[in-house]
Amino acid sequence: MNKTDVLIIGAGPTGLFCAHQLGIIGLQCEIVDNLDKVGGQCIELYPDKPIYDIPAIPECTGEELTNNLLEQIKPFNVKFHLNERVEKLKKSANRWHVKTNSGKEFDVAAIVIAGGVGSFEPRKFSVKDCEKFEGSTLFYSIKDKTIFKAKTISIFGGGDSALDWAIELSNTSNVNLIHRRDGFSGAESSVQKIKDLNDQGKLSLYTKYQMDSVSGNKNIETIKIKHDEGEIKELKSDYILGFFGLIMQLGPILNWGLNINKKTVEVNTENFETNVDGIFAIGDICSYPGKLKLILSGFHEGALAARGCFKYAKPDEKLRFEFTTTSKVAQERLGIKK
Amino acid sequence: MAKITYNTHDNKIHTIDVQNGLTVMEGAVQNDIPGIDADCGGGMACATCHVYVNEEWLDKLPAKEDGEEDMLDMAFEPKSNSRLSCQLTVSDDLDGLEVNIPSKQC
Repeated sequence: MNKTDVLIIGAGPTGLFCAHQLGIIGLQCEIVDNLDKVGGQCIELYPDKPIYDIPAIPECTGEELTNNLLEQIKPFNVKFHLNERVEKLKKSANRWHVKTNSGKEFDVAAIVIAGGVGSFEPRKFSVKDCEKFEGSTLFYSIKDKTIFKAKTISIFGGGDSALDWAIELSNTSNVNLIHRRDGFSGAESSVQKIKDLNDQGKLSLYTKYQMDSVSGNKNIETIKIKHDEGEIKELKSDYILGFFGLIMQLGPILNWGLNINKKTVEVNTENFETNVDGIFAIGDICSYPGKLKLILSGFHEGALAARGCFKYAKPDEKLRFEFTTTSKVAQERLGIKK
Repeated sequence: MAKITYNTHDNKIHTIDVQNGLTVMEGAVQNDIPGIDADCGGGMACATCHVYVNEEWLDKLPAKEDGEEDMLDMAFEPKSNSRLSCQLTVSDDLDGLEVNIPSKQC
């Protein structure tokens, strides 16, 4: 059981800055995120794209922003729990008992949901029969690549994941790479490598094809792919890999008794608390009249929600408003030595 | 102003006057037309405002910017007439545009 003052759900910029604001007012927090890394949409969707509307930072990338925020919260030694999705919340005696999908448990005074547009899940094939094979011979990510050795693998997708795995697996397996168009979103050098491997007969590239059907009993045996013009090809396949990026789903948050409006959580604008006492929502996931889905709004929301958490974490103490420029206590918390 | 027709997957036809300057996505969202999620709010960072454009309109629309086709790779059942509706800005030229909304966005 992890005991702390506040649990933040979501390690995007809003969640990270909220951790800073909690630290400044003397509250401890831990952060859970479904992804395997910190940064949320900034890292998952646009690590290299510049952002131009962070106050006082004329231009920075999603990755730089994330790194700066991590630097900023360093003094507070925030503990991260990555690859974890919060599943269940239960209130007991003014505390929240939280459980993740892997069974990790937390005992906290308040919860801040900074979940963006939900948790990222792999986008799946639209062909219904694919579900049957998921986890046995059809995968959306690779955990153990040794199972593919000397097998026939059909990889779908045109991004870096699809290209990188096609290149790597072509060393030890018989690889088909199937993509819906001639263009690829993956790195130019990988695209060239794929074309070279195809020319050398070390990999079979099928463009303008998409999955049509899949067949097999326990395991996949063959798949059919369909060309834009209608032609159908049958390919023997032992395994299928789909790399179509990630989609965002609210997931378990829907079951927590919160007021949900169009995939967002309704909050008040005084402290960004939801309709449930002790649960706050900030950043893209919250909604209120005039809400702007900007990172800078998430920072503001996080600052107020952090203060809203105080009365739950330290019910017998009074929170005093202080500036970091002049507050000795705040500076001590930041580890500043004069 | 342009009349935009949204055909939803339940075979309902919604014809709406959409102001110039809004996007086809915003026209749908503001008028509660079901089937367009627009998770990222128009940032071309997801593919949940995916629509199929009627063939006759394909050439009349502004060309796809870099990135739109990449995003469409991630759409649910993309086809050659797929577009992201957040990238289609409404003007008088789009009067009469007809789009079909897919059965789901993800």
